[in-house]
Amino acid sequence: MEFFVISMLNGLSYGLLLFMLSSGLTLIFSMMGVLNFAHASFYMLGAYFGYTLSGVLGFWVALVLAPLLTGAAGALFESQVLRRVHKMGHVSELLVTFGLSYVVLEVVQLVWGRVAVDFTAPAFLQGPLFTLINHSAEGLSLVAGAAGGICTPADPAVRIVCSPFPATRGFIMLTAIGMVVSLWWVLTRTRAGLIIQAALTHPETVETLGHNVPRIFMLVFAMGTGLAGLAGVIGGFTFITEPAMAATVGSVIFVVVVVGGMGSLSGAFLASILIGVIQTFAVAVDYSILQFLSDLGVKLSANAQNNTMLQLSVSQAAPVLPYLLLVLILIFRPRGLLGTRDV
Amino acid sequence: MLFRKLAMALVLGGFSLVSYAQKGETVKIAWIDPLSGLMAPVGSNQLKTLQYLAEEYNKGNAAGVKFEIIGMDNKLSPAESLNQLKAAMDQGVRYITQGNGSSVAGALVDAVNKHNERNPGKEIIFLNHSAVDPDLTNHKCSYWHFRFDADTSMKMEALTTFIKDLPDVKKIYLLNQNYSHGQQVVKYAKETLSRKRPDIQIVGEDLHPLAQVRDFAPYIAKIKASGADSVITGNWGSDLALLVKAANEAGYTGRFFTYYTGVTGTPTALGQGAAGRVYQVAYAHYNMTGPMAKYRDGFKAKFKDDLYTGSMISIFDVLTGAMAQAKSTDPVKVAAAMHGYKFKGFNGDMEMRKLDHQLQQTLYVTVWQKADKKYPYSPENTGMTLAPVKTFEPYVSSTPTSCQMKTP
Repeated sequence: MEFFVISMLNGLSYGLLLFMLSSGLTLIFSMMGVLNFAHASFYMLGAYFGYTLSGVLGFWVALVLAPLLTGAAGALFESQVLRRVHKMGHVSELLVTFGLSYVVLEVVQLVWGRVAVDFTAPAFLQGPLFTLINHSAEGLSLVAGAAGGICTPADPAVRIVCSPFPATRGFIMLTAIGMVVSLWWVLTRTRAGLIIQAALTHPETVETLGHNVPRIFMLVFAMGTGLAGLAGVIGGFTFITEPAMAATVGSVIFVVVVVGGMGSLSGAFLASILIGVIQTFAVAVDYSILQFLSDLGVKLSANAQNNTMLQLSVSQAAPVLPYLLLVLILIFRPRGLLGTRDV
Repeated sequence: MLFRKLAMALVLGGFSLVSYAQKGETVKIAWIDPLSGLMAPVGSNQLKTLQYLAEEYNKGNAAGVKFEIIGMDNKLSPAESLNQLKAAMDQGVRYITQGNGSSVAGALVDAVNKHNERNPGKEIIFLNHSAVDPDLTNHKCSYWHFRFDADTSMKMEALTTFIKDLPDVKKIYLLNQNYSHGQQVVKYAKETLSRKRPDIQIVGEDLHPLAQVRDFAPYIAKIKASGADSVITGNWGSDLALLVKAANEAGYTGRFFTYYTGVTGTPTALGQGAAGRVYQVAYAHYNMTGPMAKYRDGFKAKFKDDLYTGSMISIFDVLTGAMAQAKSTDPVKVAAAMHGYKFKGFNGDMEMRKLDHQLQQTLYVTVWQKADKKYPYSPENTGMTLAPVKTFEPYVSSTPTSCQMKTP
């Protein structure tokens, strides 16, 4: 039971982190039709900005300032580079963001080095948020913070399993949920959100009504990259801040966007959670094709039983599962789970 | 006093070298290991170690040669390593060293074999400092490959002999990296445990991608659910540091039997919490005396970092000794002298076994605990140390080989 709860929370927190990234990506895509290949690079920039700023100005300032800086970098890129190549069509836009991802990677390596930097969580986030205690006699209970001495029973006959849940992961969930709510509020309940939504579908009409559509595009781009920066700060100290961090999430967030449906925020949310939870739980499953066949009653030769492909367990294949999901979605539901248009 | 000794050594060394043809020659060693990616911290520490030792040996050595180290980043990729090997050959390098990733070592052995066969007179020697897949000295063994670490079969032999005497180890989980080295750890752990402690239950085993995993929390949740009281892992670098970090966060209180606790990143990740629960098996440890202590302290003073790749000391001992014996730096003659070379090094009496070019040496099991007067050296200034708990003489940890070496 505690395994399920902890794994579920791990999966949810990872999924929510993915959503912070993919929401910006899908927002930019739905507005400008640009698949921003450098999106994960802004995630990395956010982490490094957060690392440097938290060393100088403290954690809270860094948490606010790093996403703003990242967003400003995004706005600068949109207004100075992306807008210029916009008239040359989507391929050029795609290529220029692709190029940017390389430039950012090299710049990060030049400035901060090729080795992971020591970006650790602030003191109040170190340690557990709560501890789940499974007492063999008294059952399951919950304690806020660390459980301390309760975990080592005085009576050897009693078995107690303590499962702390790290505060950093709780912080990810809290921030992501806060972000979802405020994003939803801005997009649906404010005047700015209405104009953004209108510019999404009818940019010419919005322009004739006297709104500065290029500026709206720039703001959306800044917002998307800023969200990635925020995810970077939080992901940076929860996991690890190093130059390959962009490449590892970069491919997964594209999967999220395609699976959720291009341009659909709610789809991205659903897909992020789905992928986060699937990846976490897949690690726990040792089931292999070999076992599946023997459960079906198929008798295999000794040679076939030693086949490494058949022995491959779900847990070993866990890192591949999101991509498998991507292929399946593209075959059976190309518009994605909640998307409205085909890829 | 030290100065006088040094001066004496230099004078004596200078005299004894007069007749040697190789004296004053520069030997280039290409180091082909990761300087980017998750394993870059380990790589850069080892490159510094190699450069530092080269400087030390350049002050005076039996062969009177000078060493020049060329660092090359292979990004932990076998394909990239072959490109770097080619670049090294173009620079006239005849000695290469590598150690991070047996997958890389395997590719390099193949490439070196082919090159040496096709280019007589331009032979290359591969000095393996840390790649421990037993295959490299068994069915894939090569005359041109020399291993200065102890392979997995030796380390597992020692480790399981140690575990044999720990009665409260009952359920073991095997968590390893999914490539040649990790798979060999699993294979040998199962084999030797079933021989020495058939009552121990393997309650789970997992292979995860090498240097890819950022978040080990799901694996730790699985280990906890399995009820394992101990974990055996051959993980190194970030894969071990992040694993123990996740274990600490998730409150896992079992033992860890490891190969590489002392390597960059892991001491910091362990911190003070895991005292007495983390063991390491290796051919050296931080609290040795003699040459290892001298280089360790010199390195620490110079780089504020820990020297753990002691096999590199053996590399220089064997190279300089063999070059002096062969009176040449030509790899063909040097390899012939290294073949079966016996010497007294930082780890006592050692031998580069003729059969398979596996260095025969003493192994140590150490435990993570508070640094004290007896064992003061503290890696990464954690206030903790790895204290030796058991020593295995070379004849104990030595394992048979199936190598059928083709001697040219």
